[in-house]
Amino acid sequence: MISLRAVTKTFGGGASYALQDVSFDVAAQTFVAVVGDSGSGKTTLLKTINRLIEPDTGEVFVAGEPARTSPAHSLRRHIGYVFQGIGLFPHMSIAENIGITPRLIGWPEPVIRARVEELIDLVSLPRAFLTRLPAELSGGQRQRVGIARALAARPGILLMDEPFGALDPVTRDALGAECRRLHETMRLTTVMVTHDILEAVLLADRIVVMRQGRIVADGEPHSLLTGHPDPAVSMLMDMPRRQAARVRALLEERAP
Amino acid sequence: MNSRLHSALRMLPQYLSQHVLLSAAALALGIAVSLPLLIAARHSARVRWPVLAAASLIQTVPSIALLALFYPLLLGLSALTQRLFGWRFAALGFLPSLLALTLYSILPILRNGITAILNLDPAIMQAARGVGMTSRQRLLRVELPLAAPMLMAGVRTSAVWVIGTATLATPVGQTSLGNYIFTGLQMEDWIWVVFGCGVAVALALVTDQLLALIELGLARRRPVLAWLGVCVLLAGVATAAAVPLRAVQRGGYVVGAKNFSEQYILASLIAQRIRAAGHPVTERTGLGSSLAFQALAANELDVYVDYSGTLWNDVLHRNSTPSRAVMLRELTRTLRERYGVTLLGALGYENAYVLAMRPGEAKALGVRTIADLARVAPRLRLGADLEFFARPTWRDLRHRYGLHFRTLRQFEPTFMYSALMSREVDVIAAFSSDGRIAADHLVVLKDPLHVIPPYDAVILLAPRRAQDPVLRAALAPLIGAIPVGLMRRANYLVDRPHAKRSARQAAQWLARAIHLP
Repeated sequence: MISLRAVTKTFGGGASYALQDVSFDVAAQTFVAVVGDSGSGKTTLLKTINRLIEPDTGEVFVAGEPARTSPAHSLRRHIGYVFQGIGLFPHMSIAENIGITPRLIGWPEPVIRARVEELIDLVSLPRAFLTRLPAELSGGQRQRVGIARALAARPGILLMDEPFGALDPVTRDALGAECRRLHETMRLTTVMVTHDILEAVLLADRIVVMRQGRIVADGEPHSLLTGHPDPAVSMLMDMPRRQAARVRALLEERAP
Repeated sequence: MNSRLHSALRMLPQYLSQHVLLSAAALALGIAVSLPLLIAARHSARVRWPVLAAASLIQTVPSIALLALFYPLLLGLSALTQRLFGWRFAALGFLPSLLALTLYSILPILRNGITAILNLDPAIMQAARGVGMTSRQRLLRVELPLAAPMLMAGVRTSAVWVIGTATLATPVGQTSLGNYIFTGLQMEDWIWVVFGCGVAVALALVTDQLLALIELGLARRRPVLAWLGVCVLLAGVATAAAVPLRAVQRGGYVVGAKNFSEQYILASLIAQRIRAAGHPVTERTGLGSSLAFQALAANELDVYVDYSGTLWNDVLHRNSTPSRAVMLRELTRTLRERYGVTLLGALGYENAYVLAMRPGEAKALGVRTIADLARVAPRLRLGADLEFFARPTWRDLRHRYGLHFRTLRQFEPTFMYSALMSREVDVIAAFSSDGRIAADHLVVLKDPLHVIPPYDAVILLAPRRAQDPVLRAALAPLIGAIPVGLMRRANYLVDRPHAKRSARQAAQWLARAIHLP
């Protein structure tokens, strides 16, 4: 569904690499999590897919077609995009926000209206919210709207960049689970960038680890959890287990 | 009611409507120019920097200079279109005022708009790209709607500036509320000055509040409020446009006047003569001194009164001081040959520069002539109008008499006389036909070396009116008919501090005094 072929991107006139010769394929209906330190290139990788960033060299393919062949805006209308900043349009109602991409494509109004109601249900928000402005919603509610907006035009691909980074842990967990559910029911191909190894392990079918603009590990969560030749990767993947162990120790200490 | 206030109110429909139309047109044009600039500059530092720098630079040019500079520029352009296409436009009045005010209105709109768009939340801009908006859709659906309230705040600032600055359009021949201020200042008529300022302030406040209503409607997303503001503003402009314009009666005569009392009186007198002959007349008063001649030569005025010495120095650029008869003959010939302007004749009196002193001081110092003055001048302070020190007459006086004063100060003519009487200066360059010389019993110093050229008041006709029988018939009785004593008294009717008369009343008095029918 998505292919990167030898993609390189430098910043600062070649001073530093964001992506170094990255090749990467995502099969249809897979949920891929991309993890790595800040500055490892994971956000750049994600943005080359919907052309928010254009690579210096290499080629990106979406659904078998080179991404360069169609205008960036029409490519983006068929790729859902959710990010930490959410970026709801403050002057538009929730209904207008959700319906923006179908409206840009030119769907008939009644179809847009029906689709907006369907989506507000799908992201578990009350329909009364449709007439409100973004400022009247909480952070978690706003990100649900952000997800609904990304999915409105029935994209085959959903890109998420730290989508839950600014949310409290409870909301974060609930929204993560809902994203996975939407991924299943809407038969999406999902790429999610995250800092959170546990979130990646619990949601993704496949985890890609990046470091200094390169992919250093790529596999199913289970296989990565059970060890990796790269010590930094195995250290990283071991993090959830070590944290769980500390929690368990804490609980047992206090046990009667 | 106070008669001065009454006469001010009588002019209100015309002055206010002209002011509203000029301001509205300038603001509308300013918005129309600013928006494309804003759109081009918003995402490009390479465009933004020079555009903002140019707009700021314009803002630093003193407004009256900007207005004045547009006149010669347009006059040149107009002459060019005449040569190329056989068609010319009016370079005096509305057009130069409109262009200057438009330039002034750009900066606040542009700066606020650019600031608003640059400070939009980057997350919103990223989302706009992410959902698949084209650059145009981002502009129309996201950037402009979100920048609108701040953009409106810029429009408000512009509107207030434009309404205030439009009062300065009077000296380039555009009627505005500034006519109250300039006329009032010249005639020491503070009621008119305060009245003009008050109306301009009220207009600015009302406009600002209506624009604030639009801004509120945009910010709160209440279109009803915004439309209400727009409708009231448009209704105001439409009302102004409906006020019948005395200025654009077809086939009418345009009488000009420079910016002092005598000129207003003579313009009114000439206008009364032409009206009596059954023809419509427009008065364009308060014009800058050299601007009046250019406007006449360009057929934008039909007739006005100028002074031989002024024309000799400023138009012919001569420095010599010939006799009265030679100067008039030479002027008549050269103005006709060079500009097609007709010197119809002299009115009979002179409005020359004279050096004048308080009687007590002149007596105490023993000063009766300029030569006497030269002895004591290093201890004295000289006051003059805004032009005098730049004139050849002043240079010649200094050289021929060896005059050196302790200090030189410049005043509006009105304030120059008060400055002399309140002992802020000791000598002034007064005007020989001024009623205040007699009223204040000033001593006029003799000019034994005949350095000061004659300043005979002369009637000038525009090239297109050279053979006009109506003007010639109406104005012939004025030639040689006004002795300096009567002109002084007419001037004093307007300039005196108490029981002031309007220029129109003084003109009627003068007409009766010289036994015109």
